[in-house]
Amino acid sequence: MVGATYALAHELYPYDPATARAGHHPVIIIGGGPVGVATGLDLAQKGTPALMLDDHEGVGQGSRAICFAKRTLEIADRLGAGADMVKKGIVWNVGRVFHGDGEVFNFNLLPEGGHKNPAFINLQQPYFEKFLIDALRRAEAGGKPIEIRGRNVVTGLTQDADKVTLDIDTPDGPYQLTADYVIACDGARSPTREMMGLSFDGRVFEDNFLIADVRMTADFPTERWFWFEPPLAEAPQSALLHKQPDDVWRIDFQLGWDIDRKAELEEGRIRQRIDEFLPAGTEYELVWTSIYTFQCRRMERFRHGRVLFAGDSAHQVSPFGARGANSGMQDADNLAWKLDLVLKGLAPDALLETYHEERAYGADENILNSTRATDFLTPKSEMSKIFRNAVLTLAKEHAFARPLVNSGRLSVPCSYDGLPLNGPDALDGPARTRPGSPCPDAPLAEGFLLDRLPGRFTLLTLGLQPPELLTDVPIGTLTLAGDDLTDELRARYLGDAEHALYLIRPDQHVAARWAEVNEAEIQAALKTAIGLT
Amino acid sequence: MTLNTQPNLRDPDDFYDELLAAHHGLSKDQSDALNARLILVLANHIGDREVLRAALKAAAG
Repeated sequence: MVGATYALAHELYPYDPATARAGHHPVIIIGGGPVGVATGLDLAQKGTPALMLDDHEGVGQGSRAICFAKRTLEIADRLGAGADMVKKGIVWNVGRVFHGDGEVFNFNLLPEGGHKNPAFINLQQPYFEKFLIDALRRAEAGGKPIEIRGRNVVTGLTQDADKVTLDIDTPDGPYQLTADYVIACDGARSPTREMMGLSFDGRVFEDNFLIADVRMTADFPTERWFWFEPPLAEAPQSALLHKQPDDVWRIDFQLGWDIDRKAELEEGRIRQRIDEFLPAGTEYELVWTSIYTFQCRRMERFRHGRVLFAGDSAHQVSPFGARGANSGMQDADNLAWKLDLVLKGLAPDALLETYHEERAYGADENILNSTRATDFLTPKSEMSKIFRNAVLTLAKEHAFARPLVNSGRLSVPCSYDGLPLNGPDALDGPARTRPGSPCPDAPLAEGFLLDRLPGRFTLLTLGLQPPELLTDVPIGTLTLAGDDLTDELRARYLGDAEHALYLIRPDQHVAARWAEVNEAEIQAALKTAIGLT
Repeated sequence: MTLNTQPNLRDPDDFYDELLAAHHGLSKDQSDALNARLILVLANHIGDREVLRAALKAAAG
């Protein structure tokens, strides 16, 4: 039996010998982290049974991913966990950038109005995972076909034309499961990827970051503070101070490559750094410390036959810009509806290929963005450091240089521009809602738009009557007119157009849009959107 | 817009003088930093990415 490799923050799915039964399942998800559970919940909500296997019995300790973006909250909302997250999370809008001992500039994210969810919340990852498991338990109690088995370790995987066979180890010994499809959500060091002998190539960044979460009741504002070259005795190259719930603050020190890892993790040493960093005499308690290094890399293909990879197992980015957990949630959002339609025989197997195409495109965008941020934070040559510091010096006086300061571009979902599932753009409408784009939220007369796009295809009409469509694929309609056409909705979906019809995918991305109703074109676009062309 | 590589500076000797004077008395590090700032200021003023790309190419020789 493989032993536990980390301590738990919350025990959520204790091992239950009664459940460790051999059998066949449509979908088995390896890993009960945020991406696995989100995918399982989405499938189960659609009626496709999902079994999750986790090698532990709950959520590991440590705040880890702490920044969750609006798109993630929107997905979590659809899965029944968003409200808990926003209620517990910390909303922040102001950031300050320092260089040496002076402030360079500050900014306000000034989030656009008319969205149900904030642009970002800070929340410790164990809470994020716990709220997803709470939603899973509610779904389970409501009769949805979902199950999670703790201490079920996958030790072997083989696949043939019809199925995947998994060897499972438990405290009571091994057993076997088979599945139509397996989704590997087992993290950056994915044992599934290793078992299948698949490579995971990319760029290693030679740097170590010390995380120290401290609990204190200090009177800092709820802002993100980032220092380049902070004025400390043994200066780290950068430092970050960011608030989390429960009076906990994340402090990050960038230590460089050649460090004595063990010495740096000693409490005395960490306290020495923090004491110098915080105002003299600040009382604090160390909650969690860790040193991490990172790489930017992705698998060449996210799909290998009947095995699909999602989240960190498929792609890994630097933490700057919060594109790890957030992009994993978009993987879940993209994969669940496709797998559901394929398993129900409503879409061809080719639809699963587009999971790889769309999410590899997203991963490349995330890797590009986080690599650029990393290059700004840790200049790789003498000249790149000269330019970096020139930008910081100029940013103090000159507004033009501020957009060049890159301490992480905040995660936004990508638009699947030019990819095969997109249908026609036959509306002279706003660019942000072009086919491929994630639907921006907007207020209606009551409530918000995204709450009315519930995980299936939807024909959204603005100022038009929707046609009666006969389709195999489940499709809903949302007809908006009168008071529902708020200024924000018009600006985001109509622009100068007077009326519009949108075909929206189950993951709330726009599939196609028109100025007028044309049934044949809608049917064709729906076929395109499920991979039938 | 295209990159103008024809003579465009009035009183070129004066300009050259001013450029060198800006570096007068600076260490190598200070001069490198000044040059970097100057490039960023000028690049922003030009703004046009095509022109900047052509300038990078012209400078690379």
